[in-house]
This record gives sequence, C-alpha cells and structure tokens, in this order.
Amino acid sequence: MNQNNMNSEQVRKITEMYSQVLSIINKYGKSKEQLLAILLDIQEISGTSSVDLAWAEIVAKELDIPVSKVSEVLSFYAMFSTKERGKHVIEVCNSSPCRLNGSDDILNLFEKELNINVGETTEDKVFTLIKTSCIGACDISPAAKIGDKFYGNLNLEKIKQIIKEYRGDHCE
Amino acid sequence: MNKTANYLSANFDVIKPDSVDEYVKQGGYNSLKKAISMTPEAVISEVKKAKLLGRGGAGYPAGSKWEHLLEVEEEPKYIVCNGDEGEPGTFKDKILLEKNPLGVIEGMTIAGYVFKAKAGYIYIRGEYRAIQKEIFEKALEDARAKGYLGKNICGTGFDYDIHIMTGAGAYVCGENSALLNSIEGKSGRPRIKPPHLAEVGLFLMPTLVNNVESFANIPLILELGGENYLNIGTNESGGTKLVCLSGHIKNKGVYEVPFGVTLREIIYDEEMGGGLADNRKLKFFHMGGQSGPIGVENQLDTPYCYRELRNNGLSVGSGAIVVADDSISIIDYLIQVTEFFIHESCGKCTPCREGNTRILEILKRFANKEASPEDMDNLNNLINLLTEASFCGLGRAATIALKSGLKLFKNEFEAGLKK
Repeated sequence: MNQNNMNSEQVRKITEMYSQVLSIINKYGKSKEQLLAILLDIQEISGTSSVDLAWAEIVAKELDIPVSKVSEVLSFYAMFSTKERGKHVIEVCNSSPCRLNGSDDILNLFEKELNINVGETTEDKVFTLIKTSCIGACDISPAAKIGDKFYGNLNLEKIKQIIKEYRGDHCE
Repeated sequence: MNKTANYLSANFDVIKPDSVDEYVKQGGYNSLKKAISMTPEAVISEVKKAKLLGRGGAGYPAGSKWEHLLEVEEEPKYIVCNGDEGEPGTFKDKILLEKNPLGVIEGMTIAGYVFKAKAGYIYIRGEYRAIQKEIFEKALEDARAKGYLGKNICGTGFDYDIHIMTGAGAYVCGENSALLNSIEGKSGRPRIKPPHLAEVGLFLMPTLVNNVESFANIPLILELGGENYLNIGTNESGGTKLVCLSGHIKNKGVYEVPFGVTLREIIYDEEMGGGLADNRKLKFFHMGGQSGPIGVENQLDTPYCYRELRNNGLSVGSGAIVVADDSISIIDYLIQVTEFFIHESCGKCTPCREGNTRILEILKRFANKEASPEDMDNLNNLINLLTEASFCGLGRAATIALKSGLKLFKNEFEAGLKK
C-alpha cells in the first residue's frame, strides 16, 4: 500500500477496511488464541478472499504477537491465501469419495465454464477455482464449497446455475 | 439384534437442535444431573464399564484416558473436544454438531464436572463454519441462558463454560497434540510425546481430548448405565457407531449401527447402503478414512467392531466406509490417497514429507506400466520407512491403504511392471 499514489476512493476503502479489521479483532476480545477465527473473518470481508500482509501486521500489533507468527499461520492453513483471489472461491472437493463420483470431471467442467484453469482467477475477479481436501459432504458427492455454503450432486446444469447465481450477486 | 440403532441419532430431525427446552423434554440434561449427584470416580467407572472406545479413529479406551487424567493433580484441567473431522469419507461429527449439538455439549459438561474444569474448548473445522454459526453457537448460548453452562450450573456451585475454536483447513490438526497447538493460535504441527496430554496439554496444563462422537456418547452411558450401554454392542466394543457410507454406494449417508452388525449388512441392507450404485460389482471398500486399510468381498462377513475388524486386517477408524466398484483400478485409487497425504503432510518430518512424494512417483510408473521390479522393492521400503520413522500418526498411517492394496491386488501391480 503506497500512500503517495492513492486516490480518495482508495483511501476511503482502506480506512473502512482498517476499522472493520479492528472491530473483528475487538469482537474476539483481542484474544491471541482466536487468531485463526480473526484471520478467517478478515479474509471473508476482504472482497479478495485473501489476507493482505498489511492487515496481518495490524493483527500482529493488536494481539501483541510477532508478524512472523501470523504469517506462518497464514501459510500453514489451507483455507488462507495471502494472494488476492476472486470474490468467491470455488473449492471443488478432490478427495477419494468425491473422485469416485466424478469430481475430476466436475473440475474440468468448472474450468471450461469459467474459462480458467484450476488455481486461477477469472478476469472479472469474481471467481477463483481451487481443489480442496474432503469437506465432509461425501453424502452429496461430487461436491464443492463456496464460502460457507455446500453444493452437491454437481453436474453441468448445476454448475451453470451456481455461476449464474454468484455472478448475479456480484452485479447487484 | 437390530441392524440400525437410534441412540445418538434419537434427536436427529426430532427436536430443534439448538433448543435446550426441547432437548430437556426428550430427557436431555438428566445425565448431567445424575453425574453431579455422583463422585467423579463413579462417573468414570460407568465410562469404563461401557467400554467406550475413542470414536475419533484411534479407538483408545475413553475410560482409561479419563482415569489417567483424574490421577493428575495439577490444575486447572481443560476439556477439549476434537471436531476437526478431516478424514475423507467421514461426515458423522458434522451430523452430530448439526443435529445433536446439545448431546455433545452435555458430554463435555459432564467431563468438566468430573475434572473440576473451568473451561472446555470445542475445535470445529473451518469447513463447518456455517453449522458452527447457525446451530452450534446458538445451542451454546441457549445452554448458558438456561443455566447449564456458566456460573453455578444447576445450582451446585459448579462453574464451567465452553468456547468454540475454529480450524482453517489442516487435516493434521485432527491429531490431538496438533489440535492443541492450533487452539493456542499456532500452526497445527504435532508435539512430541511423551509428555502425555493428560499431563502437559492445552496451555501446558492437564487436558482431556476426546472426539465429538465420544462426548456425545457420555450422556447416553450415564442414562443407560455402563453395563446396559455395553450390551448394545459387542463384549469389547460398547454402544453404537455412526458409520459414513460414501463412494459408489446407492444410499450415501450416516447410519447409526450397534457394534456387531456385519459389513455386508451395512453395505447391502436396504435401510443402510442398499448395495452398490447401478448394481455394479464391489471391488473394494476403504475403511476408517484415508489412513485406514482396504478390504474386499471375502471380508464382508466380518462383524463391525474393533476386535473383529482388527483381526481381519481392517479397522473402525473414523467410521468411514468408502465403497468402490470395479470401474476403478486400485493403483489409480491409491494415487488419489497418496495425493491427499502429500497435500496434508505438515512437512515437519522427512519420512512423511518426502516419502509420500516418492510413493506417488512410483505409483504413477505402475499406472503407466513403466514400473521396474526395483520400484516394487522401494515401495515396500517406503511403507516401512513411513510406518516406523514418521513423527506423528499422519505419516505412520499414510501407507496403511497402500500396504493392504499391494497385498490384495498384487496382480494389478504386476501388470504395471514394464514388459
């Protein structure tokens, strides 16, 4: 964040984000033990499904722990990203119960429909497509997760529907 | 004997899961009241008589674990519930958190009373945040509001509360010591043992760590009495088990069974698995999670209980049963399993971090029919290396499926050798 080249809109956004980050930290009573929950909440409101290291520094300062520790936690747990991603991250389950039910094909269909490869973000920055370990939705496999929501028994029709639903949500 | 059971699942879809009033109407919290009228030793004696074996995967006798912690004098003691359900094919803790959260909470509260703990922690995997927010947190709040948590529980002067901790996607955190590190806000890498967690656990204090399903069984044990609980199952595996059916099975889902039903009944009975999808032929079933063994047709008549399964080279593990038909090659399947462990290895120890990667390379050569006899030897060496030299249970168990697969499907591996 280079403050010299920011316009007023960017300044407003960052100020707003800063106050949101602080309120998340305070919501958990500045508890060091709630680091994971704090970081997940920050990631959720980031709009880029990621935790910018600048925010990680603020968390470290407020919780009085080293930035290196926050950074380690961000790199250790699969649900975090320090790189900007799409507004919505589509996580296609890649564990064997889903793979037996065709999740490799589902991943390919998502790639085709979104016109990206797994691991990439769409040009309009609405979606990032990734693979994930078992999400515990084996009863509705093949399954995927977007945010906290689960989608199961996936097929081409459902995939199209999901993409439409989230794109619509984005335009509002 | 009934093939399915209705103990842990008695309240499923019957009551509003986060309502203490409705829970109490079904007899909920009677067990806590009973426990409070008993000595801690008497409560533990019931758990021992019940022969409750840990439902997270290791199957360690819960009663012995409780007894050990009671002998430790240092205080405060902590109660921790392991809800980091990450074994692929396992989704029974999710169902419990969603449909019987107060059973889990009551179990943790009974443990709190037994060990004079002030605080309990439940670690819920990040993937289940919706259930955590929409149901579990509300159930906790209602329990506080109705006087079953917080200060002076049931007017007895017992103060105890339960805190929710969130995971963020790390299979290794299901290992109890890694889980405690994660609760402390650190990376979830496992600790070296000894010391045992009952001596040096959460925040370095004596700690009880049990699985979600184990805690949910505690109120049942007190309600029925240890002996009656044991009698639901077999003479060494007390009670019931939530099994999770997935893969190429007709009726995917969680089913509560008394220990002692056969695998054939679980997989083929209409009220449970209903057989394979599209009536295809069973090739194998993978038990207890990715870290469990693979079994085949001629093992189907094994009773589902800890001892019989172990004697037949199988295991209960997490309760997962992933069923596969003859459309998949064993090598392709084991590649999937190995890819999982490569992704989930925490990287702390070399055998697990590097070993799984080498195993994948070799398996791919078998899949491409380019393997050499040396690859077969190396595969066996790697299995021994990971089993013997890995730092924690993740690495030590990562090759169990491979080992059983090699034994059961030798011909498929031989077909992968370069001609």
